[in-house]
Amino acid sequence: MSRIPGLKTRRNAELGLLAFAMALVAAFGATVEANKYDQLQPNFWVPAALLSILFLGLHIVVRYVAPYADPVLLPTVALINGIGVAFLRRIDIANAINDKKGPPGIFSGIGGRQLAWTLIALILAAALLLLIRDHRNVSKYAYTLGLTGIVLMMIPAVLPGSISEVNGAKLWIKLGAFSIQPGEFAKLMLVTFFAYYLVRKREVLSLASKRFLGIDFPRGRDLGPVVTVWLFSLLVLVFEKDLGTALLYFGLFVVTLYVATERSSWLIIGLLLFFGGVYLAYLLGASVGGPFANFYDRAEIWLNPFSQANYERASGNSYQLVQGLLGLGTGGLFGTGPGAGSPLSVPEVQNDFIFAGLGEEIGLFGLSALLVCYVLIAMRGLRAAIGVRDSFGKLVAGGLSFTLGLQVFVILGGITGLIPLTGQTTPFLSSGGSSLMANWLLIAMLLRISNASRGPAVGGGGPERPGPKKAPTQLHGAMTEVIKP
Amino acid sequence: MNAPLRRSGVVLFVLFGLIFANLNWIQAYKADEYRTHPWNGRVKVAEYERPRGVIEAGGNALAQSKATDDTLKYLRVYPKKEIYAPVLGYKPVNLGSVGIEESENDFLSGESDKLIGDRITDMFTGEKTGGGNVLLSLNTAAQEVAWKQMINNERGAKKGAAVAIDPRTGAIQALVSMPSYDPNQLVTHDKNAAASAYKKLNADKDQPMLNRALSQTLPPGSTFKVIVSAAALQSGYDVDTEIPAGSVYREGGATIRNSEEEVCPGGEVTLKEALTESCNTGYAKLGVKLGADKVKETAKAFGFEESDLRIGNLESHDGLSVAASHTGDIANPDGSTDKSALAQSSIGQRDVRMTPMQGALIAATVANGGDQMRPYLVQKLLSSERRTIYTASPQKKSSPIDSAVAGKLKEMMISVVENGTGKKAQTDGLTVGGKTGTAQNAEGADPHGWFIGFAFNDKGDPVSAVCVMLENVSGGHASAEAARIAGLIMKAAAGGGGK
Repeated sequence: MSRIPGLKTRRNAELGLLAFAMALVAAFGATVEANKYDQLQPNFWVPAALLSILFLGLHIVVRYVAPYADPVLLPTVALINGIGVAFLRRIDIANAINDKKGPPGIFSGIGGRQLAWTLIALILAAALLLLIRDHRNVSKYAYTLGLTGIVLMMIPAVLPGSISEVNGAKLWIKLGAFSIQPGEFAKLMLVTFFAYYLVRKREVLSLASKRFLGIDFPRGRDLGPVVTVWLFSLLVLVFEKDLGTALLYFGLFVVTLYVATERSSWLIIGLLLFFGGVYLAYLLGASVGGPFANFYDRAEIWLNPFSQANYERASGNSYQLVQGLLGLGTGGLFGTGPGAGSPLSVPEVQNDFIFAGLGEEIGLFGLSALLVCYVLIAMRGLRAAIGVRDSFGKLVAGGLSFTLGLQVFVILGGITGLIPLTGQTTPFLSSGGSSLMANWLLIAMLLRISNASRGPAVGGGGPERPGPKKAPTQLHGAMTEVIKP
Repeated sequence: MNAPLRRSGVVLFVLFGLIFANLNWIQAYKADEYRTHPWNGRVKVAEYERPRGVIEAGGNALAQSKATDDTLKYLRVYPKKEIYAPVLGYKPVNLGSVGIEESENDFLSGESDKLIGDRITDMFTGEKTGGGNVLLSLNTAAQEVAWKQMINNERGAKKGAAVAIDPRTGAIQALVSMPSYDPNQLVTHDKNAAASAYKKLNADKDQPMLNRALSQTLPPGSTFKVIVSAAALQSGYDVDTEIPAGSVYREGGATIRNSEEEVCPGGEVTLKEALTESCNTGYAKLGVKLGADKVKETAKAFGFEESDLRIGNLESHDGLSVAASHTGDIANPDGSTDKSALAQSSIGQRDVRMTPMQGALIAATVANGGDQMRPYLVQKLLSSERRTIYTASPQKKSSPIDSAVAGKLKEMMISVVENGTGKKAQTDGLTVGGKTGTAQNAEGADPHGWFIGFAFNDKGDPVSAVCVMLENVSGGHASAEAARIAGLIMKAAAGGGGK
């Protein structure tokens, strides 16, 4: 897409913000080393410099293939991703000191691995931007994506625990030292599928309804998909022992449905089904146990993490939650400073509890800044959805942004004790390649849609593009279904 | 579709607002509670960031911190193991601390206001100056002799306690409780090992963690006769006043006999002879004559019934707490005096219970001319660079008897050691006085052996007052072994060395 004179691309703003973000990441790394070694290591700037080069690369790709993309998205995500790498490296340093080893190499440890994953994730994001010049083209593969998504989501549930289970949750495919969480990618595929399906079904869903108790309820046969997905999410909950993922998929579907149909009855139905399902699982956990016991334990420790019994239980205890809360409390308003806290006292601080570990060191003010970054990403994504002209793009951008926001809420709500704890990664922050790759693909998709949203209408014609008018590009097979009463 | 998208944005805003509000609750409102929560391991790590001060006596470090390469940077070490455990206590990682480690914790850890200067200096230098040092009043020679003699006692007693006090100041010279424990195993950084060591000690039926010198009360037997003698002397009796005696005395349901046939068989005996020979019938009759109130009042003046005595730092009145000694009820259900109980109580039986510390205080009061000094353990507090911050200034606690009565009691007690039951306490170069006690306790159990006494040097200064108690000593004359050990402790406390 060529640039239109007079229409600002804001690419230089993006570059400036990116430089600022990388300066913050370098400062974080430097503070860690000053605190841990009492002096800076000669290569303290290397991780930040490498990240800068990587993000600069993506920035250049965006500059050429999506010049009107939202300029805030990339730097904000880069900042979170960079802080994540720096914090994981900080954990490596703490471990190296405990093991009486020298400073870890740039590419060693979980920090180094996260750096490598960032490289791969950015290549994937750039590839997506390069390959998909118009987001509407994705709709051609909607059914394939939807099917693949469901398969990916279900694979760990049917695999034996030895290659799919980590810390009690069956979300993984482990092959030797390499492991991926297919559910992370399934999320993207399902959003695309839902968007496509709903664009096609939206009228039948929103118009064909029965009025009951003053609310318009859709017809039973149109309810099929939502019930199916709800059951899928319950299956995920049961077999993968993971409430967070179930909540995420379900929330994602309900919100996409709501946006597509503009009917709030979907929200009410969704919430009732969800809370009904959760409460049922809680009751089953209390009476039957089995696959629901894990969930019951989590509800129990959520309700009373500081009880001695819950803290000292042999399995499913509140130790991790309590240590995370104590870490956050120790950090207080300003935090102990990067490198000056003791995040290693929180189990899984590099994964689920990274926010608690960071919170001890950057305090309420630092965490608030991070929260604002997440809000910015979600809001910029929704803004792209509002601005984009086609329904498919609206639903994809809206669904992706909302899912991202919801995932952040689920994990942060979990570790701060607001809602029961569920194993979720903190997007762009937690250690892990699958999550990083999937979320960068999500950002690439948002960048692509925001480009369409902020740029000139494709084929819309204008004084600077003389010539015969092109026929407007149609969404693949985008006929709306005729209502048959 | 834009309206639902906007509403979804509002929903996300609300969700993030909830997270933000909850973070404020945790990191601002609850921050202090969480920061200092007992489950917060960071508190412990911070506590071990600077070396804890040394507890020392007579130039020896009794508790010190050794640098480690653990997460907790310093390990507490007690080089003398069980010898000083009843005094020092211990400062464990995960359990509660006890002893001087607990009562002087602020100073040792460096958090005390008295060390504020050091902390301000730290802020500028960026270094972690260690906590303050505590210098104990203990005489290490006396303490170590006491421990050695107690555990190697010639009668094979397994339990007991010994206390030595400087009568002039109240400074504790020795404080031993047997059996004892090695505090090092409780302060190890291996939390599980520490917890299981604690569990094991706690379950031991010999109660090695019980401080027998301060926390356990036992019938004092004849040592209580010093109290009854003081009561008599205050009521106008003199050392050579004749008191009724005899081989048997029946009062109410009680039958009082002497320990041997040849002890005061005659009708009368002087007060001094009665104490020297430990004449039970004489003292039982004397107690009944004086009345329950007089006996109880005198005992109370010496420190019985006092439940809030703490031995440690005279300034903060903090330290190791001492259990109250009791004379017990000497009354019938209708309130009148139970004479048989009074007769038995007057010889330290029935419901009379005394701590070894109280025994040492009685002897010290007599030696110090009737003035009882407040006992203490903390002689000095020194900053980490050994600047003196506090020095104990001895305090008079009470004056249960006047100096004339004290002089007479002293004469009687010296007679006990020179001519009577306490001969084993005799020590070269010192004038020793005291009183033995052989206390019957449970039916069929061996009696407890007691000795309370004092020593004067050749200049006539009282240099030490002791109480030695051995539980369930077999083979008769239980108190003789206590007297022997007491003599050696006093010799060591007076600077005479001793083995």
